[in-house]
Amino acid sequence: MGLYSLYVINKSGGLIYQRDFADIVKMDTNDTLRFASIWHSLNAIATQISPLKGCTGITHLEAESFDLHCFQSKTGTKFFVTCTSEMQGVPKLLRKVFDLYTDYVLKNPFYETEMPIRCELFDVNLERLVAKQ
Amino acid sequence: MSRRMRVPGTSEKRGTKRTEVSLSAFAFLFSELVQYSQQRVSNVEELEGRLKQMGQEVGERALEMLAWREKGTRKETQIVGTLSFVHTVVWKALFGRAADALEKGTQADNEYMIVDREPLINRFISVPKDLGHLNCAAFNAGVVRGVLVAAGFPCQVSAHFVPQDGYKQRTVILIRFDESVLLREEMKL
Repeated sequence: MGLYSLYVINKSGGLIYQRDFADIVKMDTNDTLRFASIWHSLNAIATQISPLKGCTGITHLEAESFDLHCFQSKTGTKFFVTCTSEMQGVPKLLRKVFDLYTDYVLKNPFYETEMPIRCELFDVNLERLVAKQ
Repeated sequence: MSRRMRVPGTSEKRGTKRTEVSLSAFAFLFSELVQYSQQRVSNVEELEGRLKQMGQEVGERALEMLAWREKGTRKETQIVGTLSFVHTVVWKALFGRAADALEKGTQADNEYMIVDREPLINRFISVPKDLGHLNCAAFNAGVVRGVLVAAGFPCQVSAHFVPQDGYKQRTVILIRFDESVLLREEMKL
């Protein structure tokens, strides 16, 4: 199971959720915030410079030592994970994470939209989902 | 996980087939109920009180409708019969399954408890730490109170989290009947 970490960013590019799933070099919080806004800007640039019409962002980035997969909802919330290059079924995993988000975050009356996610049920079910992989 | 919950149909006939409603739709509506109440109160007790009040209005109407629509129900005049009605018929109509347990309280004569291991209402709700012991199943407690009071059993009801056997959201609805109800029970026997 080669999932490294999960990031969720809101439609203005701010990081609202971050979770590491493996023993990797931990970034401090400022770095994770910067990473999230860089990714948000990269997506925005990609939509502008795309040679084809209707580009909404970057879905897959391949680097030497890892892969990055991104899923963007219709409201602009982006879910992206860093993982090993061999990992299979990541887009499906991202959709399932989005399902968990719509259930345990959006239906929670104590969650304010666009704010950092602090919902216990989301954490618990996310762990369960990743452990099943 | 079931994504539909049952709701009594809109036809007028007795014993009509049940129609189902989207669980997500209900979850969003209830989430808005909670947020609406939260803006108008200043502490946790008041919020629970508001949810209870809303549940009570549902309970009163549920009793009328279920007494008419469910085949084989008769007017209950005893505590145990009414509680059993709430525990099975009302829960099935509102949440699609009967509640998990009905117990008599050990601490006082007028205390009874309805136990629900995973209240449907709380399924998507994570209460933040700063709201302490808030249980949105106060709404369910209100429904129970609405049914009981409308059936002629004045009482006080409250909902509490009592985790057990790995069910973190297990909720106990505590019902305390008024003196008058106990006296009436004694007279009948």
